[in-house]
This record gives sequence, structure tokens and C-alpha cells, in this order.
Amino acid sequence: MKKKGSLLVILTLLTFLLSGCTSELLVLNPKGPAAALLSETIIFSVLMMAGVLVVVFALFTIILVKYRASNSSPDYEPPHDEGSLKLEITWTLIPIIIVSILSVVTVKSTIAVEKPPAGYENQKPLIVYAASSNYKWHFSYPEQGIETVNYLNIPTGQNVEFRLYSYGPITSFWIPQLGGQKYAMSDMVTKLNLVADTPGSMMGKNSNFSGKGFAKMEFEVLAMSQGEFDEWVNDVKKTAPPLTEEKYDQLLKTEFVGRESFSNTHLEFRPAPEDHSSHFKKPGQKDENESDNHEHHEGHGEQHNEETEVEDHSNH
Amino acid sequence: MNWDKFIVDGLKHGDPLIIGAVVSIVLVSIAIVAGLTYFKKWGYLWREWLTTVDHKKIGVMYIISALVMLFRGGADGLMLRMQLAAPEMKFLTAQHYNEIFSAHGIIMILFMAMPFIIGIMNVVIPLQIGARDVAFPRLNAVSFWLFFFGAMLYNIAFVVGGAPDAGWTSYFPLASTEFSPGVGNNYYAIALQIAGLGTLMTGVNFIVTILKMRAPGMTLMRMPMFTWSTLITCIIIVFAFPVLTVALALMMFDRLFGSQFFTMTNGGMDMLWANLFWVWGHPEVYIVILPAFGIYSEIISTFSRKNLYGYKSMVASMAVISLLSFLVWVHHFYTMGQGAAVNSFFSITTMLIAVPTGVKIFNWLFTLRKGKIVFTTPMMYSLAFIPIFTLGGVTGVMLAMASADYQYHNTMFLVAHFHYVLIPGTVFAVIAGMYYWFPLIAGFKLDERQGKAAFWTIAISFNVTFLPLFFLGLDGMTRRQYTYSAETGFGPLNLIATIGSVGLMIGFAMLVYNIIWSFRHAPRETKGDVWDGAGRTLEWATHIPVPVYNFAVVPEVDRLDAFYFAKKEKRSLFKDKIEKIHMPSNNGQPFILGAIFFFWGFFMVFSMWKSAIVAGIGVLILLAMRTFERDHGFYIPVDEVKKTEQSYGGDSV
Repeated sequence: MKKKGSLLVILTLLTFLLSGCTSELLVLNPKGPAAALLSETIIFSVLMMAGVLVVVFALFTIILVKYRASNSSPDYEPPHDEGSLKLEITWTLIPIIIVSILSVVTVKSTIAVEKPPAGYENQKPLIVYAASSNYKWHFSYPEQGIETVNYLNIPTGQNVEFRLYSYGPITSFWIPQLGGQKYAMSDMVTKLNLVADTPGSMMGKNSNFSGKGFAKMEFEVLAMSQGEFDEWVNDVKKTAPPLTEEKYDQLLKTEFVGRESFSNTHLEFRPAPEDHSSHFKKPGQKDENESDNHEHHEGHGEQHNEETEVEDHSNH
Repeated sequence: MNWDKFIVDGLKHGDPLIIGAVVSIVLVSIAIVAGLTYFKKWGYLWREWLTTVDHKKIGVMYIISALVMLFRGGADGLMLRMQLAAPEMKFLTAQHYNEIFSAHGIIMILFMAMPFIIGIMNVVIPLQIGARDVAFPRLNAVSFWLFFFGAMLYNIAFVVGGAPDAGWTSYFPLASTEFSPGVGNNYYAIALQIAGLGTLMTGVNFIVTILKMRAPGMTLMRMPMFTWSTLITCIIIVFAFPVLTVALALMMFDRLFGSQFFTMTNGGMDMLWANLFWVWGHPEVYIVILPAFGIYSEIISTFSRKNLYGYKSMVASMAVISLLSFLVWVHHFYTMGQGAAVNSFFSITTMLIAVPTGVKIFNWLFTLRKGKIVFTTPMMYSLAFIPIFTLGGVTGVMLAMASADYQYHNTMFLVAHFHYVLIPGTVFAVIAGMYYWFPLIAGFKLDERQGKAAFWTIAISFNVTFLPLFFLGLDGMTRRQYTYSAETGFGPLNLIATIGSVGLMIGFAMLVYNIIWSFRHAPRETKGDVWDGAGRTLEWATHIPVPVYNFAVVPEVDRLDAFYFAKKEKRSLFKDKIEKIHMPSNNGQPFILGAIFFFWGFFMVFSMWKSAIVAGIGVLILLAMRTFERDHGFYIPVDEVKKTEQSYGGDSV
């Protein structure tokens, strides 16, 4: 019968979910502390909910088997039953308790994943700006003074503070194995802290529909040791071409591009919309916040940026 | 005049699917016109249907429209599944896929679920409260024709000008003229507006009907549960739909008149659209689910031969759900970056909805307990609803947890969840309701054997289609992506889902065959209380098919389930003698008003201002005509009522 069938389906589903298969599903196969916390939260909620399902399905099955018309005598007349205050209070209170437990878990984990992961609070974060335009991602490393398109390299054991924004439709920056997603929007910068525990290649993507090339907005995330990362940064700085304003504008217009690397960032001439009031200005108006960015960079000993910026401007 | 703008891109490029759609629309239109002319049915169509103000006929028209839209939306869903059946499929292009998933969402929610629910309300509510029609029959016709022409306007987008392609949510700035320069999203703004106005009027109409037109003795706490659910739903409609009206108006200003409410520059806020949309959108979910709860309550009670368990807590839980429904909208975008405090608040309000919903589930289970459960087709759908919807509900609680939602958001997990609540919730309910109340209108039941075969096909295929999506979501597959690579490993589960969707289509085809077959072959019923005398509410107290005036004599009610107890105690609910009956007269103006709105909308979509102004003046003229019109309806004389009653056998009153 239907109900037994569905009960069986659910139980196999749960064992399937909680056994060997978990390691196959990206979200339940974390490579960083935020994703690990979320994976635990999800599995905890699945177990709680499985308990609810078992109770409902068991009651449902027993009642349908026991009280079917073909199982009762022809002259059986069901009793008039207006309900029971005690029982109704019971099945109000039990869900309230379940919801309370889940609320505590939710609030705790939500606060936790909005901050740098535990153990990384005092570490100076690596700042990476991730901006989406058309159907590609731009990753700028202002402290390192480099920029990539459609691929992201990060050091392991290092809190990376992503600053997200978009040139156009709302996109959502998501690396399932490192942690939850967050929107990138055109008029403000949102922040996301992620740490990779182990080196390796991961899938990153835009998860929010943004137009006809949306399905192609995947990028590779490569986590590597700090040494390898530094080496890569130096390599890019030495070999990659500089990003000029002109070239950047052209890049923004192009719908699809492959991987690209540059030896400076677009933030120098096209800062992120970090000041919330900036979208009340006319387009093209100079952003007063620019000077803040420079101080920021100097603080990290990357004066090099300013020099390249000056050079870029003189090119025009 | 430049005709090029009316031609969709697909036609220019020779896309076979679009050409097929155009050809089939033209052929069907010709067939309808030719058929009506050949069988000389134009007059019948005009007199009996297009001008009707009878709630039963309006309800039937709503349900027929909804069934047609179910197939349109279902065909869309099938095409989406075909495209996703295997990696790198070439069945649809990205653009076409985007138009189709947008259409699937809009049609299924606004042009299938809503009208189906409203259609059932129209047929059942006046009968359930012992009334002869709704409070404002003429307004009811206006509601229907605005919905109908709004839906038609949306449907021609595919063949005239281009369809909306920014999702059913139409998020800005994607839906702005900058990123969606075609007319597609103009159709969205205007067609939804026209249909939405109709819904708002329905809300007002049914609140007044239920509050003012109940049979003598039927206090609020003696109302059947479906009537309760409709009342609460209509209150939600009246609070929620104005938000949609405003949001769509702002969208129209942005797209047609260059305002900057949601754009990227000059202080426009894309998040404002998302907020407005979901302030309407989340209550909308409860607008389609609460009447479903009402339908299930009636059916479960009838076929367990038992009164509804915990009537008061059923009413209270719906009231609590309706309040909470306005306090949860942010859970649609936890990931917008509003921070832990805001997200925690909305997580808790969202999870709280599980409490009243749980109360309802247990009350249904305890209605079944100690009952005498009869497995009729409507009962099968209602029973299947309980476990499947519970699975949808618990995954909803999981999604409500903000932190976890950062991993579920925008994925197939979410898609699986809302199909798991909307299909067993709303779709099963309207099908169950259709089977249950079908005899009221048609005078016969739909064939039970075929009905059950369709049920099993639909119920099993549903799970085959949507269960795999939970796992695909956890594996990182996002919604709305038109293709995926083989390396992702999404292939096998997607193929299973596609096979399931073919099964669903077969199931729905069986359902339609069931209706057509039953029209020709099902035995006609002779008595009103057709479900083996198990009816508990007033709609079963009159004859079937229900006469135009519903009740020859207005019934008097002294308790909940009055009809059931009257039968048991062998009393009659009808105490007065037959008098002349006051009825509203038919009128063609609602239909004409709807048609003018259609043309107004079409001209607005294409920015044809002069024509739009002329059409707008047409609307105003019709409103003015109505203002100065004096139509007090007419009376059916006593003789005629008596004659009609005798034709039914004359024994019921």
C-alpha cells in the first residue's frame, strides 16, 4: 500500500543520506570549518526531522490499517469526537520544543558562519574581492596586487574575507565545500569569511539566476599551502599583463571569457561600491572613499599598487 | 507601422518548438470558432457562459481555465525535465529554457493553483453556507474575466513579442530594461496586474459573502472547515495582493516610463523589489495552501464517517498561520547579507509555522482514528497528502534554518521542497476537491476505477520526479541552470527525475480521460447526498445537479455538521415554504470589460500609448455605465421553483 511504500522510501532515503552517500554530496563533504559546521547542522536537523517523520508515518500506517471500513463491522458507527484539549496541547507543545531546540542551533550556527571561523578570529584575513559581471567572476587580491578571472586560488589555513559585488543582476557567490553562499549586488559590498582546511580543487559557482549564461558561471577554487600561494602570486605579478581601465571595460562587456590573470587590480580605477551612499551619486562621479582604500593598502605594505595605478592613468 | 516587434525571435530563427506553438494556437482558435459556428453555439456560449453571474458556472469556468493552464504549465515542466535529462542536452537553448521556467512558475502559481482554488470556492462556498449566490455576483464575473484575460495576455507572450525570461520572481536588476530589453517582462508587469486585480476583488467578495450571507443559525463556529479556510485565505488576499499591485505598478513605471525604483543607478534598490515581491509572495503560498487544508478537512471527515477532530484548534491554527505568513518573507533571501540577527528572527518565525501545521496534521490523523475509512478517489488524494506533505513540511523546517539555508538556497533542494508542499498540498487538494464536488455541478461522479489508476500514477510519479532533487541540491546543483557537465555527476538522478515527470504527464492525461469518459458513460445520480449519504455539510442538502437558485428554501442550521445530524434525527433543515426567489441578472459587461483590459494591456506592453489611452477610456466608460445602471435582478416565480423541484423528484424539501 501507499503509506507503507512511502515509509519504506523515506527510511531508505535516510539511511542512503546518512551512510556512505554523505561523503559524495558536496554540501555534506566539507573542506573548511564553516562548511563543516553547516554540514553538522544539516545532519542534526535531518535526524530531528526523521524523528517527526517516523512518528507521523507510524501513526498514519496504524490508523489506516486499523480503521479501514473493510476492517470494521457493517453496523459500526464512528463515535462523535470533538477533540481532546490534553492531546491538542501535547501536539502543540512538542513541536514548540522541537522548534526551540532548532532555533538555538540555528541562531548559534548563523552567528558563527557570519564571523571568521573559530580559531581564526585574530588572524589577519586575506582580502579577496569577488565581483560578477555578465557570466564571469573577477577575483581581485588588493594586498597582493593581482587579479584573476574565473579562477580562484587561496592558501589553506588562512581566513579569506570575500567582498562581493556585482556589475548587474544579483548573483550569489557559493563554494559549497567551504561554506554557505551570499548575494553579490550592484549597490553594496557583502562580506563572506571562508577558510579551506585541506589543499585541493573545489567547485565554486554563482547560484542565483542572472541571465542566459548563468549555467556557465562556475569557477575552480584551488586551495594550496601558503608557500605555493605566495609562489603563485609572485608568478602572476611577474608574468601576467597589467589590467588597464580600457581593457577592463572591454572585459566587462564580454559575456564569456576563459581564465585570465593580471598583475594589478581593477579596484585601483574602479573601486567597489563599499560606501552605501555611492549609489545616490550620478554614475561616473568620483568616489570619495578611494583614499581609504589606499591607506588600507599601504598598511599592508603594498605601495606598489599606487605606482601601477599612476602608470595606468598616464596610459590614457 | 513596424510589425517586426510583434514577432518573437524564435519564429525568426525558425525554432521548431515556437513554430509548433504558433501553429497549434492558430489551429485551436480556428477549430473553436468553426465548431461554435457549425454547431450554432455562439448564442448558447454568450447567454449561458460569457454573461453568466451564477457562482457555479463562474466556478466551472475557473476550473476549466485552470485545467488548461495545468497542461500548459505541465508541458513546460516536461520540457524543462527533458532538457535536464542528461548532461549537455541540446533540446532547449538557454533563452528558451529561461522563458519556460519563468512561465512554468507563473502559470502554475497564478494561472493554475489560484484559479483552481478560487473555482472550487466559487462552486462550493455559497452552497456550504446555504446562500443563493455570492454577495456581489456581478463583481464575481468581473473577477473571473480579469483573471481570464490577464492569463490570456500572459499566454500570447510566447508567440507575440517574446516571453518573460527573468524567472517567476522577476528579480531586479535582471528584469530591468537594461538587462531584459525585450517586451517579455512588460507582459509580466501588466498581465499579472490585470489578473491580480481580479483576485483582489474575489477576496473582498468572499469575505462579504461569508460574513453576511450565511444561513440562519450558522454562527462562525458552526461554519464548515472549507468555509473557514476560505474566509482566512480571503483576508490574506486582501492584505497581501495590494503589495503585488504596488510592486507591479512600480515595475511598470520602471520598465515603461523610465522611473528608477529598482534600477542600479540614481538610488534604485534591487533589494526593494525582492522584499516587496516576497511580502506578497509568501502569504501567496498560504493563499493556495489554506483552502487546500479546508478541502482535506471536509473530505477526510466525510470518508472516515466522523466529525472533524479538534475543530477549534483547526480554526485557531489557520488564524495563526495567516498571521505568521506575513512575518516570514525574508527567509526567501537569507543570503542577501542582512546579518545574523535579522536572519535569526525570520528563522524562528518561519519554524513557528510548523507548530500550527503540525496541529493540523495530528488533528487529521485523529479524525481518521476510530473512523470507518472508505477509500474513494478524493480520499486517496487526501490520505496521500498526509505523509508526502509532512516530508515537504519537515524539509521546510530545515530550509527555515538560516545557516543551513546558506547551503540550500537556490539549489534543487529548494525546488524539491516547494514541489513537495505545493503538489501534495495544493494540486492533490484541488483534484480531490474536484472529484468530491464534481456531482454537484455535473450530476454524476467521475469513474472511481479510472480515478484511482490516475491517482496511483500521479502519486508514484510525483515521488520519482522530485525525491532525487533533494540529493541533487545537496550535491550543489542549482535551480534554473539549463545545462550541466558530465563531470558534475548530476546525470543519473536527473534522468530518474525526468522519467518521473513523464509518468506525471501520463497521470494527468489519465485524469482528463477520466473526466471525458465519465461525461459519456458514468451513471447519473438521482439523489443529492451522493457519497453514500455521508455528506455532512449543506452542499449535500440540495438536489444535484444543483438548481440555479441552489436552495428552494433557505436551510436553517442549529449546529456544526447540521445536515448530518438532521439526517440522523430524520428532521428537515428546510422549515419555510417555497417563495419567489430573487436572482441577479446576467450581464455582458464583465466580459467586455475584461476584453478591453486585455487590449489595454497589450497596447501597454508594446508602448502603443494612443491605443492604450483609447482602451483606458473604454474601461472608464464601462465603469461609468455600471455606476448609472439600475438592475435589481429578477424573481423566479413560485410556480417555476415548484416545477423545478418536482423535476428532481420533489422529495428533498
